[in-house]
Amino acid sequence: MTSVAAANAPVRLGLIGSPNSGKTTLFNALTGLRARVGNYPGVTVERREGDAQVDGARLRVIDLPGVYSLAPLSPDEAVVARVLEGRVAEVPPPDGLVLTVDATSLERGLLLVAEVLRLERPVCLVLTMVDELRARGGRIDFAKLEDALGVPVVGVVGHRGVGLGELRRLLPHPERWSRPPLLPPAAPRERDAWLASVLARVLEARPGPSRTTEAIDRVVLHPVAGTLLFASVMVLFFQLIFAWATPAMDALDTGVGALGETLRATLPAGLPTDFLVDGVVAGVGSVIVFLPQIVLLFTLLSLLEDLGYMARAAFVVDRLMGRIGLEGRAFVALLSSYACAVPGIMATRTIPSPRQRLVTILVSPLMTCSARLPVYALLIGAFVPPVTVAGFLGLQGLVLLGLYVLGGSAALVAASLLSGRLGRGDALPFYLELPSYRVPPARLVVSQVWGAARAFLRRAGTIILAVSMVLWVLLHFPRVDAPPGPEGARQALEASAAGRIGHALEPAIAPLGFDWKIGVGLVASLAAREVIVATLAQIYAASEPGGASLRDAIRSDVDPRTGRPVFTPATVAALLVFFVFALQCTSTLAVMRRETNSWRWPAFAFGYLLALAWGASFVTHRIVHALTS
Amino acid sequence: MSPPAIVLADLPLGAHAVVLGIDAPPELAQRLEALGFLPETPVTCRRRAPLGDPRIYEVRGTQLCLRRSEAARIVVRAR
Repeated sequence: MTSVAAANAPVRLGLIGSPNSGKTTLFNALTGLRARVGNYPGVTVERREGDAQVDGARLRVIDLPGVYSLAPLSPDEAVVARVLEGRVAEVPPPDGLVLTVDATSLERGLLLVAEVLRLERPVCLVLTMVDELRARGGRIDFAKLEDALGVPVVGVVGHRGVGLGELRRLLPHPERWSRPPLLPPAAPRERDAWLASVLARVLEARPGPSRTTEAIDRVVLHPVAGTLLFASVMVLFFQLIFAWATPAMDALDTGVGALGETLRATLPAGLPTDFLVDGVVAGVGSVIVFLPQIVLLFTLLSLLEDLGYMARAAFVVDRLMGRIGLEGRAFVALLSSYACAVPGIMATRTIPSPRQRLVTILVSPLMTCSARLPVYALLIGAFVPPVTVAGFLGLQGLVLLGLYVLGGSAALVAASLLSGRLGRGDALPFYLELPSYRVPPARLVVSQVWGAARAFLRRAGTIILAVSMVLWVLLHFPRVDAPPGPEGARQALEASAAGRIGHALEPAIAPLGFDWKIGVGLVASLAAREVIVATLAQIYAASEPGGASLRDAIRSDVDPRTGRPVFTPATVAALLVFFVFALQCTSTLAVMRRETNSWRWPAFAFGYLLALAWGASFVTHRIVHALTS
Repeated sequence: MSPPAIVLADLPLGAHAVVLGIDAPPELAQRLEALGFLPETPVTCRRRAPLGDPRIYEVRGTQLCLRRSEAARIVVRAR
């Protein structure tokens, strides 16, 4: 009957285990780095599957999200329950369940074992980190454990390959695994007695505390030293993604620019070449320019996470984040967003609660990212006098600091409002396990970094590229006959679709003091915020984009109807405030779409931040106008 | 005379106790049990965060960080 199909279809194995149980390390050891990553239908839970070959048998390993219990409280946990029951359309129920339990905490892990055994499926128990168990003086009698549970038990050290040979021999034949003659009892009282009797039989020596972990924690979790260490790690972390990524990003930028120039010089001049260079090549450039930050961020994140520090950092800062309804891990994501919201949003993957993750994603665009700096620099440089206040503080620097503070405090307020609103329907309490410190295997770090980079390129990169091509078309069509040179470029831009959109936007943005030229800049800045600088340069027919000529041009621009300057102090202040709040960044929207698996949340974030930006700019314009006229 | 029942959140730093039960809605109670807080389980308060909350408890071979709000649901008897 099924023998033909069985010969071709891979054996499907579901990998279950609690967080920190060594599940992902085992997954990598079994499947190599060839995991397929996707989403489960309808939820934001990541779906990972990988293939392995054992003696000619094909195995498909499904890495299920980490769970402490099969009674689901969160979407991650619900996915596990649904996959095991065969209720996920694209994922047939696994033929066998491979359950990972950290050997050093068998006392706790045995609870999950009891739940999984009660599913009455073929189960194979893998005790991980048996080396650590031994080092801490613990002893488990494997034969007695097999006997007590009635299922095969294998001890492994995932990243060193210990025990994997034995496990591989078992895996292709779940139908041959021994099954428990009697299931663990379901009623709490009897179950607790069962747990106690099994533990009494198999746990010959309870592992002592890990001396290394104890010693490190005396410093890391010390009220003073731990707080100082946390602050230093965060400063270093921020410095690394902010500063260290810059040379690589600049190099990529230069490389893409050089490629564009080479193409332009080689290919015949004309529209197709312009599109290829300014639309496609520049679009690809705007995608890969994020890669250094993403690679760096995920290397650091997975090191911090897998070393065991992330949980400690979350512990140290939890009280502060708790005041805005978030937990400690959100701090790192928000901090990353100061460099760029794209890696910041991807960093929210370390937050276990889906609700907190969503809130963090929604407020992260408010952190002042580095793309806003060129805009701030242009406007502050042009309109804020370089004077000193109180003897030594530069006014320009103070304004810049004020913009950072404004964005940061808005993020905190938004987070506490949103977590109150989105709070219902998520019963997940806050808890955090502090794993022992471990040096993560390089392979684990590489697989996480590679997974993040690939997900970004595939899911977000395609959207960013498409939008930059559409924007190119809007900025260049319809075409008019214009003389060459800066003046011709200005005319062509005004006649383009983007120019018309700028004019059409004028009624909506006039209350903020913005004219159509700023409108065009806002449209173009959808590609990336700093693009408004280049666009304004083009509009003002400036010969040196970003240089002194643009500053002078916007300073001396006069509204032909009123005869007053376009960039009044009120308009400049309103524009700065607009950039603090507005989410005019397609890359952020694309990565939000990727991480939340729907357009609903990026649309919501765009909408609420646009409303906030408009309102705050309007108020700012009114106040500054009243003060200065 | 055995010491009175208290909630885990009130257990002094460094003190040992035994879990008596969980006083919480079923879902939360089930989760706290899954984390190891079963009746008769020994538990120790190991550390507290710089601002006093959350705290780290040692339970069933793991170090678990709980906020006051959750630790106040676990009824224990100090030893």
